[in-house]
Amino acid sequence: MQINTPFFKQRAHDALADENLQKALGNLKAGFPEKRAIAVSRMPEFEQLRDQGRDLKNHILEHLDLYLEQFERKVIENGGHVHWARTADDANRIILDICKQVDAKTVTKGKSMVTEEIGLNDFLEANGVQPVETDLGEYILQLRHDHPSHIIAPAIHLNLEDVSEAFHANHHREKSMDPAVLMQEAREVLREKFVAADVGITGANFCVAETGSTIIVTNEGNGDLTQTLPKTHVVVTSIEKVVPTLEDMTLFLRLLARSATGQEFSVYNTLSTGPRREGDQDGPENFHVVLVDNGRSEMVGSEFQDMLRCIRCSACMNHCPVYGAVGGHSYGWVYPGPMGSVLTPQMIGIEKGGMLPNASTFCGKCESVCPVKIPLPKLMRHWREDEFEKHLQPKAARYGLAGWAFLAKRPALYKPYTRMASWVMKTWAGKNGRIKKLPLAGGWTDWRDMPAPQGKTFMQAWKEQQKTGEQP
Amino acid sequence: MPNISSGPRVGLFVTCLADMFRPSVAFATVKLLEQAGCHAEVPKRQTCCGQPAFNSGDRKTTADIARQTIDAFDGYEYVVGPSGSCIGMLHYYPEVFAPSDSYYQRALDLKSRSFEITSFLFDVIGMDSLQEQLQQLQFNHKVTYHDSCSGLRQLGIKQQPRQLLQQVQGVELEEMEEAETCCGFGGTFCVKYPEISNRMVSNKTEFISNTDAHTVLGGDLGCLLNMAGKLKREGKQVEARHIVEVLAGMTDTPAIGEADYDLAQQL
Ligand code: SF4
Repeated sequence: MQINTPFFKQRAHDALADENLQKALGNLKAGFPEKRAIAVSRMPEFEQLRDQGRDLKNHILEHLDLYLEQFERKVIENGGHVHWARTADDANRIILDICKQVDAKTVTKGKSMVTEEIGLNDFLEANGVQPVETDLGEYILQLRHDHPSHIIAPAIHLNLEDVSEAFHANHHREKSMDPAVLMQEAREVLREKFVAADVGITGANFCVAETGSTIIVTNEGNGDLTQTLPKTHVVVTSIEKVVPTLEDMTLFLRLLARSATGQEFSVYNTLSTGPRREGDQDGPENFHVVLVDNGRSEMVGSEFQDMLRCIRCSACMNHCPVYGAVGGHSYGWVYPGPMGSVLTPQMIGIEKGGMLPNASTFCGKCESVCPVKIPLPKLMRHWREDEFEKHLQPKAARYGLAGWAFLAKRPALYKPYTRMASWVMKTWAGKNGRIKKLPLAGGWTDWRDMPAPQGKTFMQAWKEQQKTGEQP
Repeated sequence: MPNISSGPRVGLFVTCLADMFRPSVAFATVKLLEQAGCHAEVPKRQTCCGQPAFNSGDRKTTADIARQTIDAFDGYEYVVGPSGSCIGMLHYYPEVFAPSDSYYQRALDLKSRSFEITSFLFDVIGMDSLQEQLQQLQFNHKVTYHDSCSGLRQLGIKQQPRQLLQQVQGVELEEMEEAETCCGFGGTFCVKYPEISNRMVSNKTEFISNTDAHTVLGGDLGCLLNMAGKLKREGKQVEARHIVEVLAGMTDTPAIGEADYDLAQQL
């Protein structure tokens, strides 16, 4: 997937002017946060659950190697295969090799962010294997050659007309604007694909070390068909998804559904434990798990380790006022919202990703809803520190900061400076009480007035008052 | 003369925006502290809390300013300021130093005795000692309250300003939709991403004007300047004020962004 993160500002500008998108974002804002709030209010122990989730994830990350090895052992015992992919390229090549082994023409896919991250679809297509997305949202995006703008509601940026057009152009059926008709149409088209597919690829929400199982959590059921119908099932997942036991998994499932959609539990929770055994009614003949690292092991033990707790629930983006204003595509790469602002620079480099950790007011809403209590603003600040040390911020910002720092460290200079600045602004405003255009503060006065200072600085007025003994 | 009280010595953290834009907020804070029986002083060596450096990733400058502030407020029983954001920054100081640094313990100590003003009045002084004073005040307006992010999420300020406000005669509090959503100020954010900031503050002014409030109150001048500036640009009639002006009975001053006000004449 092309990296458009450096164009965040331009993309945000376009997004703010896009009426359809703004309407869609309004719906999102009204939907998920409200549902989450209700689900949380129904569960008095939710806060304790968050603490448990955080602690358990921290424990896992401290012993990541052990749990991954145990998971690998169990998958092999169950008759499956485990592949370790250090980079995105490694992962793509491993998956293509598996497809080639079974001479695959088409593969069906369940929803998976990590396959977006490694750019799997383009890679398979370029190598003669046709991937078919089966999650309704992802399917629509694939028809439109588009990418997800949200991690659990990938097509949230589209409206009904967009979907209707995409279906009409690709299915060659009568155009409909009835969601039920469109849904049925997608079902019929996809059904054939499910049956024809040689390989099914899914992600995994969690990998259970104790049993060697992977689990996918969906509300559509397409994931089940993806992983049970084809002869070969490939699970593509990342290394931090491992959890010690089935019971641990249930803790995260309770946190995940409530944080993501406000459901008590997702509709489908489907476990895969190795290939079909003798006597099994269904299931694939071959079972592969591809464990993707792609920069994650570098985060272990670093100041960004906390980010590996993320369970991809999307609560942070659902509640983020910046995401709510500009939408997921503005972020310019796979992961949007606050979690993307931390993860993206890690994966594409701070040089290209630096816009994102800066595009935050540090309001802290994201951290307050994160089910595993990731200190997202703090991690964004770490990126800013990294940028500062590498002198990556724009010159004007760096010089401005240096000038301010020089004064702020010298109280004797700071006071006359604030007096002067306050006087200049006051004079500029005249009798108005506010300034309509302030040189050097265009960013502010392009959009709002600048209230004028009252007059003297407090320090000045206080000093005079202390001398004369007058009351203000 | 301000009454010299035998109560606790409190160092006033003035905050840059109060100092430069709205001294009346700092004066109101002093008045409230003295009414609460404290002896308020203004340490001269203070400048800024260091938040611009901290949030720009400049660790060294942050530490330099933190040391300066810790020194300036040495020896005061409490440190109080009219801003959840700046006091919240003082609470970050321990993160700025390694535990082996001699300033680390002092930073922890400063954190334990520094308070945002409404939290200080409500949580430390206690409503019982304030009620009588507050009940003598009159502010005959419907108001709405914006919860600023740092105060709310870092310092847990939610009920304190509302409880204090409810004591004032005539005040009617009408909550706006999404009172807890960021107004888009965010320090340098509003300058770095003015267009996104504008969208956020526009949402805010819409929620404000959806109420019947005459005044929007808040505990942070940054947010208030942002909201007042947008309300004015949109030609809306809602006034913006810092809550301490109401609590100290100092509402004869023009509201934020309203016509000329010359502090010199008031002194
Ligand atoms: S960072 Fe937290 S809130 Fe955001 S997606 Fe990850 S787990 Fe969910």
